[in-house]
Amino acid sequence: MSNEWPLWEVFIRGQHGLNHRHVGSLHAPDAELAIRHARDVYTRRNEGVSIWVVKSAEIAASDPNEKGPLFEPSNSKVYRHPTFYDIPDEVGHM
Amino acid sequence: MYAQMIKTAHSGVHKREDMTEQERAFQDRIDAGEKIEPRDWMPDDYRATLIRQIGQHAHSEVVGQLPEGNWITRAPTLERKAILLAKVQDEAGHGLYLYSAAETLGESRDELVRLLHEGRMKYSSIFNYPTLNWADIGAVGWLVDGAAIVNQVALQRTSYGPYSRAMVRICKEESFHARQGYSAFMAMALGTPEQKRMAQDALNRMWFPCLMMFGPSDKDSVHSEQSMAWKIKVATNDELRQKYVDQTIPQIEYLGLDLPEAGIVWNEARGHYDFDMPDWSEFFNVLKGNGPCNSDRMADRVNAWEDGAWFRDGLMAHARKARARKMAAE
Ligand SMILES: [Fe+2]
Ligand SMILES: [Fe+2]
Repeated sequence: MSNEWPLWEVFIRGQHGLNHRHVGSLHAPDAELAIRHARDVYTRRNEGVSIWVVKSAEIAASDPNEKGPLFEPSNSKVYRHPTFYDIPDEVGHM
Repeated sequence: MYAQMIKTAHSGVHKREDMTEQERAFQDRIDAGEKIEPRDWMPDDYRATLIRQIGQHAHSEVVGQLPEGNWITRAPTLERKAILLAKVQDEAGHGLYLYSAAETLGESRDELVRLLHEGRMKYSSIFNYPTLNWADIGAVGWLVDGAAIVNQVALQRTSYGPYSRAMVRICKEESFHARQGYSAFMAMALGTPEQKRMAQDALNRMWFPCLMMFGPSDKDSVHSEQSMAWKIKVATNDELRQKYVDQTIPQIEYLGLDLPEAGIVWNEARGHYDFDMPDWSEFFNVLKGNGPCNSDRMADRVNAWEDGAWFRDGLMAHARKARARKMAAE
């Protein structure tokens, strides 16, 4: 059996109430040590107040070849954006 | 640079008319400045060249800790010691970011480490020179990290997404490295006559090895053309070296030290400094393994890896047992 430590993806939430953001990856034998390593590598300059780690092997991702069918349909749906609508100035800020 | 003499996994440049449709679409994406991401289609040679370059870059970060680590316990004050420790710790992180980037291409970190330890991969020639005294440590931060910054700033624009993002992160940390080095070096250069003499000596010894970091002259580096077309490399060796010399000379002058060699002269017509090239036979000799510290560096790396094996394996065994226990309880 290989004793190579598995790979983990690291997500950090910064100070200002933003979402956890992917910052990189690292190797660790288990989740507990992955969090400790993440703290040493990715939060040494006040980058965060919370850490998530998840095994890289357990991430499911969309297929790059599906980029067109998945994401292009939203290009034509301009009415989903607030700027599509003309609201008279007299109405005030909306 | 941190990656020198990377052999492109293909000789010559792919001509457009010889490309398959897939290769042409790939080149178009690169020409349009798009980033290539791990699961995107890419030519095998692009992948292989990147693994070599990123792997060598990662090895350089890790081996590069050794010449400085040697001085952590000998730093002249507690403050300088804390600073150097933080700087060396950053370099371990840089190695990690880069190994992770290489891993997205399908090569494991342990495999890259194995190739290094078997002498089948290299690290930057600069780390095969010794750090003889405290002035050398200031000079390393200022001059060696300074040279690395010139290269890494350019590489932020490289075409492979994970490599580019690692460079962005690394560049943020590097300016601390250069500034702490200059600060330590300044204390020596502006100190007692004896300290000033040590500073001058460190500068003189380190100058040419730093220029070697950028690799041989463009006219002699046969591998770069395809790497440039793929934007694995984004500037030539000579362009980066010139940039480095131009930015470093005023920093030397501020310290009141003599220039490290007589060929350095401002060239008004070019708007750049002229300078002499290092002795390239020395460079090739160091790459071959015959530099002053090659065997020490490799022995230190291999010993660290082997001495740590029982610990890495033990933690893995513990993780497996804990997982099995947890599953039995569920
Ligand atoms: Fe670094
Ligand atoms: Fe550095």
